[in-house]
Amino acid sequence: MEFPLTTVVFNAKDISRAITRITHEILEKNKGASNLALVGIRTRGVALAQRIKNKINSIENTEVDFGILDITLYRDDLGSGKFNTVVEKTNISFPLDGKKIVLIDDVLFTGRTIRSAIDALIDFGRPSIIQLGVLIDRGHRELPIRPDYVGKNIPTSKDNRVQVLLREEDGVDEVRITDN
Amino acid sequence: MFKPKNILGTNGLLKEDIEIILDTADSFKEISTRSIKKVPTLRGKTLINLFFEPSTRTRASFEIAGKRLSADVINISGSTSSAAKGENLIDTVRNLEAMQPDIMVVRHSHSGAAEMISQFINCPVINAGDGFHEHPTQALLDLQTIREANGGLEGLNVAIVGDIAHSRVVRSNIYAMKTMGMNIKLVGPPTMIPIEIENMGVSVSYYLEDAVRDMDIIMMLRIQTERQNEYLLSSLREYSNLYCLTSKALEKAKDDVLIFHPGPVNRGIEIALDVMESRKSFILNQVTNGVAVRMALMYLLLGGSDDNNN
Amino acid sequence: MTTIIKNGRVIDPFNSLDTQKDILIDKGKILAIQSPGKITISEMEKPLIINAEGCVVSPGFIDMHVHFREPGFEYKETIESGCQSAAAGGFTSVAIMPNTNPVNDNRSVTELILSQAQAKGIVRVYAIGAITQGLSGNRLSEMAELKDAGAIAFSDDGRPVMNNELMRRAFEYSKMFKLPLIQHSEILDLTHGGCMNEGAVSTELGLKGMPSEAEDIMVYRDIALLEKTGGRLHVAHISSGKSVDLVRQAKAQGLPVTCEVAPHHFILTDEAVRGYDTNTKMSPPLRSANDVKYIKEGLRDGTIDIIATDHAPHDLADKQVEYQNACFGIVGLETALPLTLKLVDEGIFSLSDAIKKLTSSPADIFNLNSGNLSLGQQADIVVFDPNIKYKVDKSKFHSKSKNSPFDGWEVKGKVIHTLVSGKVVYSNIPN
Repeated sequence: MEFPLTTVVFNAKDISRAITRITHEILEKNKGASNLALVGIRTRGVALAQRIKNKINSIENTEVDFGILDITLYRDDLGSGKFNTVVEKTNISFPLDGKKIVLIDDVLFTGRTIRSAIDALIDFGRPSIIQLGVLIDRGHRELPIRPDYVGKNIPTSKDNRVQVLLREEDGVDEVRITDN
Repeated sequence: MFKPKNILGTNGLLKEDIEIILDTADSFKEISTRSIKKVPTLRGKTLINLFFEPSTRTRASFEIAGKRLSADVINISGSTSSAAKGENLIDTVRNLEAMQPDIMVVRHSHSGAAEMISQFINCPVINAGDGFHEHPTQALLDLQTIREANGGLEGLNVAIVGDIAHSRVVRSNIYAMKTMGMNIKLVGPPTMIPIEIENMGVSVSYYLEDAVRDMDIIMMLRIQTERQNEYLLSSLREYSNLYCLTSKALEKAKDDVLIFHPGPVNRGIEIALDVMESRKSFILNQVTNGVAVRMALMYLLLGGSDDNNN
Repeated sequence: MTTIIKNGRVIDPFNSLDTQKDILIDKGKILAIQSPGKITISEMEKPLIINAEGCVVSPGFIDMHVHFREPGFEYKETIESGCQSAAAGGFTSVAIMPNTNPVNDNRSVTELILSQAQAKGIVRVYAIGAITQGLSGNRLSEMAELKDAGAIAFSDDGRPVMNNELMRRAFEYSKMFKLPLIQHSEILDLTHGGCMNEGAVSTELGLKGMPSEAEDIMVYRDIALLEKTGGRLHVAHISSGKSVDLVRQAKAQGLPVTCEVAPHHFILTDEAVRGYDTNTKMSPPLRSANDVKYIKEGLRDGTIDIIATDHAPHDLADKQVEYQNACFGIVGLETALPLTLKLVDEGIFSLSDAIKKLTSSPADIFNLNSGNLSLGQQADIVVFDPNIKYKVDKSKFHSKSKNSPFDGWEVKGKVIHTLVSGKVVYSNIPN
């Protein structure tokens, strides 16, 4: 399906509902919040993971462990000149061994970012299980990666641009798709 | 966007470049605190450490930096004696180039050697010290350490004490610190202050007290005994009496002054033992930051755009 | 072979000539100099006509300071290649320094050099004998024998004579032979380990400097000794402003002191060393802007008598190394003319005066029967176009060595023909 110019496919209310649903799914699948940890992938995965963390706290009255991952150093396309090489801080201050980790990112596309994130996590320790939660799944996987929790599936063409805007970073909650 | 293709000196590095380097180094520091101190960023890349001057600590620092980025590190020692028979510098470098390294780190006892080598080789070159000319990674890690302790760099007063004439650390620090808006005072015996160095925008004094008063950072340099033979020094004893940083000398210093030394320290001659052990001494911080800064530079030189790698 | 050089602007400082003239050459000598078109010869003679329209015609240049590395360092330059380089630069006479291997401190080496030059028959070659045996600075050379073999002066160049007593005796001894001593003025203690001028640039580049005082002190010493002993002093490759002033004062006192400057010392300053190009390394080194100012002043007021290139060829192996390890010196024969013309353009001296410093002045100081276009004089002549613009291309140098910092420079002034004893030894007619 082709989208003319820019279309908003998800608005603030949609995002809020999706996050609530994802949170409940996480708790259901993992039978509660014990031994659970959330790791947000920079940059917008972090804000999403923070919201989920807060939600878990209000539902189960528990503070789950929280980490931030910058995967720049684990990318497979270093030297391509295609991305901004600024490296931000990774902060995983809790032990990973035996933990149930839910990786959170805003958009799932080729799957390479998630592959890098898994490599990074495994350098930190040995989680008992790694699950993946994303706000948008836009298809076009290049690696065998599948999400456990999805906010919305949006089929796109490869040259569409999917933009997730969050109030913490951009001042507004919205998901937009642009033609090229 | 990080534009430099080589790191031959801090002369010519823009403020933006230095900030990118320091910010990147901050991120890299965290890796050295993990239990698996490795990221796959430079996996499969070859780093050659070409050291014509013996050096344990700087070479180890570059080696660790490369290995923590998963690069393959090769250490090569060479001789700089012009009388030594065998390959000259250009031939050595050409031979190494034929083995296709991705990045070269070079230390040489002759000023200008790094620049010369970079003309004959395609891959990025990091100058680990050339004669008395530049030692850019030392200056950058010094800035990193200062920034960490002070929060910023602009307007800070730095004193550098010792054999200024023969110090590449001084020159690199002058260029870098002036770019970041810092004020520099050089202190040492008149025989060791090179002619017209004020042209580089620094002030000069022969007295240790001027290196202590009002300074935010005091950097002590290493003194080499060979200088006695060049008529520059009377004795180490007298040098130490005049320039050793003791607790007494530090009485006039600011409370939050930081003490630096590029190492290795001649204990008791450049810095008194108790001062070295005190909380004011940031010498070990310098070493830790050395690895992070060197990792950052390797990453920035290779990770940027494809123009670097042919 | 009869030759006529037509329609050139003839500049002959010795005879105070600067006007359009034709020159007739026969049997290697200048037969006539007449207004254009006035020379008549019979049809039978079939002369070689050289068209010098738009060009200057002057006595062939004389370089009193070259290093042709034969015997001993033929890979850098031979007498033959050096002479070809000289001819291409418009030089018809050169004086060769004795720092060959073996050193020219004896008859055999002098004769080897002179006979080799004669055999190649390109330009006129003079030999400078050593002041001390083996250039050791320890013992006087056999000056009488050297003079007899043909030496026209004595020098230990590229070394100074450090020992004060020995230098005093050298001045005294040389009086007998009435030949000048050419001094490479450098107090070695002050320059030990140095490789460029000491100043703000050496401080920044982290290179050990050679202070200009090292030159000044020896110039002063030699003048003081000369005053006591008599003899003649010629200061080689003057580079320090202070030294120029010392020479000026000595001349004012009537002392027999002369001096020379090399083109690189009035064109470049020590700023050229930035970037560590070893073709900026020579001894004495490139000096400060201030020194260059004084050098130009010295050329203008005549304190500096002659221009001499200090042509010092070095192979790539000697230069393509670390700055500290590189040999001192650059080639200069083939860039001397355009660089000298730069000063004429700047108004430092007139074209005639520039030519004087390359012709009649060196001939006068060293008593050479050359450097002028008098009737009956041997026809050593250079025809050059002072206006042609081109780019210096060291790959086209006739010298074996290409160590020049001027490669790629846009310059003006090219040699078209060089004649020695009436024979054309170099021709480069532009398209």
